Amino acid sequence: MSAPLLVAQNIARSYEMNRGLWQKASTVQAVSDVTLSVDRNETLGIVGESGSGKSTTGRVLLGLEPPTAGTVSFDGRRLPFIGSAEWKTQRTRMQMIYQDPLGALDRRLTVSVQMREPLDIHRIGTPAEREARVSELLRAVGLSAEVGRRYPHELSGGQRQRVVLARALSTRPDLLVCDEPVSALDVSIQAQVVNLLSDLQAELGLAMVFISHDLRVVRQISHRIAVMYLGRIVEEGDADDLFARPVHPYTRALVSAAPIPGRKINGRIMLRGEPPNPAKRPSGCAFHPRCTDAIARCSVEMPSLVDLGGGRKAACHLAGAASQAMPPIARAAENSAPAPGLCEGIA
Amino acid sequence: MMISSLKAIGLRVARSLVTLLFCVTLVFVILRAAGDPSEELLPPETPPDVRQEYRVQWGLDQPIYVQYLKFIGRVAHGDLGKSFVSDRPTTELVIEAMPKTLMLGLSALILATLIGLSLGIAAALRHGTTVDRSLMAAAVLGYSMPIFFLGILLILAFALHLRILPSSGSSSPLHIILPMVTLALPLAGRVARFARTATLEVMGKPFIRTARAKGLRQLPVILRHALPNAMVPLLMFFGIEIGIILSGTVVVESIFAWPGLGRLLVDSVGMRDLPVVQGVILMITLVIILSNLFVDILHAMIDPKVSLARTLGGAG
Amino acid sequence: MSLSEQTIARPLRIFGLPPIIALCLFWLFAVIFVAIFADLLAPSHYTTQDLTARFRPPAFMTGGRFDHLLGTDHLGRDILSRIIYALRTSILIATFGTLLGAVVGTTIGLLAGRFRGIFDVFAMMLTDMQTALPSLFIAIALLAFFGNNIPLFIVLVSLEGWERYARLARGLSLSEQSADYIRAVEAFGAGTGRVVFRHLLPNIAASLVVQATLNFPATILLETSLSFLGLGVQPPGTSLGLMLGEGRRYLLNAWWIAVLPGIVIFLTTLAMSLFGDWLRDHLDPTVDKDH
Repeated sequence: MSAPLLVAQNIARSYEMNRGLWQKASTVQAVSDVTLSVDRNETLGIVGESGSGKSTTGRVLLGLEPPTAGTVSFDGRRLPFIGSAEWKTQRTRMQMIYQDPLGALDRRLTVSVQMREPLDIHRIGTPAEREARVSELLRAVGLSAEVGRRYPHELSGGQRQRVVLARALSTRPDLLVCDEPVSALDVSIQAQVVNLLSDLQAELGLAMVFISHDLRVVRQISHRIAVMYLGRIVEEGDADDLFARPVHPYTRALVSAAPIPGRKINGRIMLRGEPPNPAKRPSGCAFHPRCTDAIARCSVEMPSLVDLGGGRKAACHLAGAASQAMPPIARAAENSAPAPGLCEGIA
Repeated sequence: MMISSLKAIGLRVARSLVTLLFCVTLVFVILRAAGDPSEELLPPETPPDVRQEYRVQWGLDQPIYVQYLKFIGRVAHGDLGKSFVSDRPTTELVIEAMPKTLMLGLSALILATLIGLSLGIAAALRHGTTVDRSLMAAAVLGYSMPIFFLGILLILAFALHLRILPSSGSSSPLHIILPMVTLALPLAGRVARFARTATLEVMGKPFIRTARAKGLRQLPVILRHALPNAMVPLLMFFGIEIGIILSGTVVVESIFAWPGLGRLLVDSVGMRDLPVVQGVILMITLVIILSNLFVDILHAMIDPKVSLARTLGGAG
Repeated sequence: MSLSEQTIARPLRIFGLPPIIALCLFWLFAVIFVAIFADLLAPSHYTTQDLTARFRPPAFMTGGRFDHLLGTDHLGRDILSRIIYALRTSILIATFGTLLGAVVGTTIGLLAGRFRGIFDVFAMMLTDMQTALPSLFIAIALLAFFGNNIPLFIVLVSLEGWERYARLARGLSLSEQSADYIRAVEAFGAGTGRVVFRHLLPNIAASLVVQATLNFPATILLETSLSFLGLGVQPPGTSLGLMLGEGRRYLLNAWWIAVLPGIVIFLTTLAMSLFGDWLRDHLDPTVDKDH
């Protein structure tokens, strides 16, 4: 197997919070020590609550923000300096889908003008070819060519997100990062858009990073899933396996909060305590104040991400013990490993 | 808190000094860029040796940066050279004219505040009624009126037709009335509009509504609770208005022959009296910078919540 | 809907506008029309003197005649013709001054908002200086020593309010740049030119136009004030301010020389102020979101 398309090594990203001129600026660590890789033809899901650093991770992976530590390589080469000519050229190969499609489109330009923009920027094809490409893309995302003449506010939410997707695909990228692409949409539309993304990913052989707080949606589309908590990956593994056997207590809580239809819910774990705040990071394992299984060590020592074999990694002092004492839902799931596409009917 | 406030005030003062330095530099650049002052200022028939003597006397034969540094040094010592026309020190002329302008400006400011606040609060109390609308219409008329046109109308009415007020000079206390009113009325229009908005905003706040619900009569409630609350925005408003008032004095002093800085400026420009023009402009700048500094520090003292950092935080 | 709202009569509208605003627009269009077609509309040229007809009062006063509808001045020049030409000069200078100020101010504001850093500091210093040294004083100093010509005059008049455009453009560009549509275009590798001219500017243009409308009266007032003081437009040219300045010497026996152009200035600034206020309330871009 060839090397992964995108590799992130121990990346970190921090922000300076300015609290006035004479007060000391404080640093907020949004992402720390994240290592990830995405293959062609693969969808990596990143799950986490707001403030988990998942969106920042997405922007760093895409080269839209520089990591404050660590490196990101794309196709075997380190990402070029932001704003450089090389960086600009590379934009054709990696694209982003945004949460709010209306916000991601310019209200004053028609759909086709905006869809053609990446081609205009990089001078790809003749004007006629660009027009043809726009209609082709509109068809590919299930919209009529007539939509191209409209303005963003004249479209429905689902149509807008299809436009954003079509625009992102216009330069035939290899990598697509989707940041909460369906959470602003009606639940009835979400499944359609997720299916469209899934189909296009498979058809075009894209490497895709799918970021969401919604575990059900991530599960529906991802091959592999990374769970983030306060800027760090706490667990990573194959999508089905992770759902079947969540090792980290946080993952267990998330999985139990996102029930799979037709399956009996036993021992649902409720998350207690305050949601994570990057500005006030607890000592030791960041999750320990909310963890039901925390032991003394958890509040002092930060667990490192350990390879548990079988493509599974987890950052928990109890990881060994937890994988042996599997919770009931996980055991049940093991017996009926869900086939891909099983959950398509959820939404 | 205390120390950080002092530090903030220190920074604010430093920023004022930088602004002052830039203004002094700008004045220097503007006046030098206009060409060789000895060509500009001396009559064309001046003999070359007199011209050269003048150049040496003014340091115009030296390199430009030496001239600049000497200029800054002289300004710092309050030495702005001698008037070309009257042969008196510029500083003397400026300081002589200064009190007249301050008197005119301050009395107009006080008059405008009295008129503007009462009308603005009255309009807010009768919000949405004909009284409100008429007062606000009057305010718009007031601040759209060009100052020079208003001055001319007042002269026509009170000096030429009714013959009850003098229209030029400053020889009696009566002389200040027309220029003061001319300067104050447009300002009163802006104050009224501002006071109305501020009062309406304060009236919507819970503590005022509570006080009114308790059956307290409106006006005392407004005066006791609302006015202190409206002080800070009013102060900021005056900070902005200072420049407008001073610009107004130039026109008003010119119309009413009021012997202040503005008149001195216009006369000096007419006679191409370079040192005096410099002197007046630097004095005006100093007054504006000091008043803005004063307003900002007062603001921080009245309302400690709003730190001075806001005034320091960039151009926006 | 409450009962009182139902019983209130529908407010009067002229072309869908409140009557006052319609009136303002009518006046402004008339002013522009007159300024453009001054040559055709003026009964005589503004410099034509008729020393036999000096200080002729307007036609509506005793002693007035219809050949000089608004009377004549101290040189027997027709006041109506002079107002018509003066209007052209004043509107021309104020319009170009406003445009120049808007362009310069917006550019400085955009640079500060987009590149921050040194541009921000620079913009802040310029704004501080403008506050400390009002445009009237800068204009007086420069006019005194550079002499007087129309291009310079336009530049000076443009100083009025440039910092307001700068502040506005900076604030708006800062908030718009964090919006996804700008970030998306940047993520496609778009250059600054495309981002600014194709996306940023069109999206903040409405606010800038409102600002220009609100600023226009102040620009006219600066121009007329300077000309009134004798520092602006110079004879034989004419401007509304200059007419007032010349006319104030003859207030006692020929008030119309100064008062009539004064009324024209007043009505024009008033109409523009009212229209600007109305435009701001109805076009306020801060509420103009489709969300």
